Amino acid sequence: MEEVKPQLLKITFDGIEVEVEPGTTIMQAARKIAEADESQGHLVPPAMCYYKPLPVSGGKCRACLVKVSAGSAKDPRPMPKLVPSCITQVQDGMVVENTTNQAVLDTRKSIVEFLLINHPLDCPICDQAGECHLQDFAFEHGSVKTRYEEERRTFDKIDIGPHVQLHMTRCILCYRCVYTADQITDGRVHGVMNRGDASEISTYIEKAIDNDFSGNVIDVCPVGALTDKTFRFKNRVWFSKPEDAHRDCDKCCGKTTVWYRGDEIIRVTARKNTWGEVNDFICNTCRFEKKKTSDWVLEGPTKVKRSSVISANKYRKDLVAKPDFALKLAASQFKNIDDSRPYVTDEETIRHQSIENNDKANHRSLAANNN
Amino acid sequence: MARKILTEHINVPGIETFDVYRKQGGYTAVEKAIKTMTPEEVVEEAKKSGVRGRGGAGFPMGMKWGFLAKPEGVPRYLVCNADESEPGTFKDHHLMKSIPHLLIEGMIISSFALGANKSFIYVRGELMYVIRILEKAIAEAKAQGFLGKNILGSGYDLELVVQPGGGAYICGEETALLESLEGKRGNPRNKPPFPAVKGLYQSPTVVNNVESISNMPWIINNGGDAYAQIGIGRSTGTKLISASGHIQKPGVYEIELGVSVDEFLNSDEYCGGIRKGHYLKALVAGGSSVPILPANLITKTAAGEDRLMTYESLSDGGFATGTMLGSGGFIVFDETACIVRNTWNFSRFYHHESCGQCSPCREGTGWMEKVLHRIEHGHGSMHDIDLLVDISKKIEGNTICPLGDAAAWPVASAIRHFRDEFVWHITHPHEATQPGAVYMGEMVLG
Repeated sequence: MEEVKPQLLKITFDGIEVEVEPGTTIMQAARKIAEADESQGHLVPPAMCYYKPLPVSGGKCRACLVKVSAGSAKDPRPMPKLVPSCITQVQDGMVVENTTNQAVLDTRKSIVEFLLINHPLDCPICDQAGECHLQDFAFEHGSVKTRYEEERRTFDKIDIGPHVQLHMTRCILCYRCVYTADQITDGRVHGVMNRGDASEISTYIEKAIDNDFSGNVIDVCPVGALTDKTFRFKNRVWFSKPEDAHRDCDKCCGKTTVWYRGDEIIRVTARKNTWGEVNDFICNTCRFEKKKTSDWVLEGPTKVKRSSVISANKYRKDLVAKPDFALKLAASQFKNIDDSRPYVTDEETIRHQSIENNDKANHRSLAANNN
Repeated sequence: MARKILTEHINVPGIETFDVYRKQGGYTAVEKAIKTMTPEEVVEEAKKSGVRGRGGAGFPMGMKWGFLAKPEGVPRYLVCNADESEPGTFKDHHLMKSIPHLLIEGMIISSFALGANKSFIYVRGELMYVIRILEKAIAEAKAQGFLGKNILGSGYDLELVVQPGGGAYICGEETALLESLEGKRGNPRNKPPFPAVKGLYQSPTVVNNVESISNMPWIINNGGDAYAQIGIGRSTGTKLISASGHIQKPGVYEIELGVSVDEFLNSDEYCGGIRKGHYLKALVAGGSSVPILPANLITKTAAGEDRLMTYESLSDGGFATGTMLGSGGFIVFDETACIVRNTWNFSRFYHHESCGQCSPCREGTGWMEKVLHRIEHGHGSMHDIDLLVDISKKIEGNTICPLGDAAAWPVASAIRHFRDEFVWHITHPHEATQPGAVYMGEMVLG
């Protein structure tokens, strides 16, 4: 018997044709284009709420709205409204306009504006800064000035447990963490209370989240609303070095990314793919308790593909495209750069080092005197 | 007197009891449908009647029934949307409390047509006394063999459940209603899939308004063709209008679609005109979410034709010079009403009722309300007017459910037709914030 292949559907996305399987969403089709040709990465609609590993997510933030200018080959009428690309399934012969349609870009700009009017914009003190999807989204699509003159919405602080810090004012209500909590436990431990712009993420009667996998809500959060209490105010993400690592864990896959400052592991996260989505959830033991290099088997530096600030220095892909002379120069300079040098940022380390240096100097002078 | 379909017997004493309702010819339609007709024939009559959804959208009910998926071995549900909470609309409330058996009879016929063995009436939580009336009526109908197992010996079973809502406007949106009915937070679902394919408990479901379903007994007794004879063009049958505001006789009126707006507003049979000594200033024709009309566009369309109480005539000219029939919440304003204050009031309602799921509606409704609050209280500036128009445009059409549109339309239309009043509020903050202050300017009054 010959294997029956499913009929592939042809879709035109911003003028690029791609064939996908039935049931694929427009977003997945766009990601397929970008995965085949990385120079087309900018075509992929931004996703603030959609998260592929969480099956029910998507459709809420409206950041990924696109124009369908032809519904299908059978019915080539355009769709009357912009559609969310993350949950709209492709039809054969569909024509989608994303970056080529001004109305889509204008709407995206307004979505940034809507998401930011009640956002505290406290990036300078936010631990998420640097790996924040809202920052990226606002940088790519937002405007410099705000038209919002009113007071920003704030919330009372709620303690949701020993590991996870909740900053409700930063939340954009993407519901990702709610779906994650639903996925890791049968009981509803974490949800949305109240309505409209007063709605907030919370646990029922401020009960702490007590679950071995609760830390994953930190990874799925696109903004700094849920952060790691063991990592709070420790370091800026772009000053830390991510390395892929694994360990034998009886609870989870054990495959993680560990983040170094110097030779100290300052936090552990799950591994993320090109689109910022977690591949496998990790347990709280791996995330919060294994903070020594001896706990982990290192696999090498994490490849950060997306144009985020983490990749701003050595991991940026477009450095490869630099002219030959620059590469030669870089190669000749390479040995001169001492990459093992720890990143010194806090006073404790500086003091420690100066004491060490003083001791060394004293030793040297003593030795000279004795001679 | 105009023909009455829904409210013909509404003033008969004791009509809320089974016996009186039965004496007035009640439940004959159930007998006719279940004993002599197939479900397909009932659906066909609904299609012929051309009755359009009375909840606001005006989608033909028969066509909606035709879309219902019928996979084998999966239950189908009929849900009656009685979560009437649009400001200015109170027709379903009146119908259910006065003549509950009409809705129950309609539910039995409609459930039979759709093959549903369990049907729900989702009633707004504030109307607890109506829920008790409905439950009493259901018990009576059950005792008489019109509900329960093996109705009238036909082998058809139907259980009817009355479910109180939690008092959220958003749960009147059909998918949010289904979520709420399932016991979840009342967030609208993304569509597709539509409820006709995956609705309540992921099964095919039809959601209809109270008034739409209440038309079914008459349609079965007299035929869909007879129903289609009433009204004009694609606006067939009668419609309940909840008239409120500055009129002589506020209340619920049943009209034949096609009555002119002028007649409805000024004849003694209906509203009885504007209250004495005052002038018509503006009209919201179909519940708070539809665009507001200024006096010169109420009785005549922009083309100079008489405006009629039909879906088509009210929306003549699109949103530039028209409005919508909506749910029939007919709110009349005379010259003492401040449009800015009214727009702020509507906007405050939508801000309060937004579910908070999608960003344009969650943030945009609050933003519009705050800007309108500022203008109304004398702290506005000229660019606020264009800002409001821009926000409303950015919300409209970009949200999951129509609440975003409903919040945007009143603001956009108020500025479109009453821009000078907004300007006056900004240029004369001191005068505008006096108690009862209203802009008189160069307004066209009717």
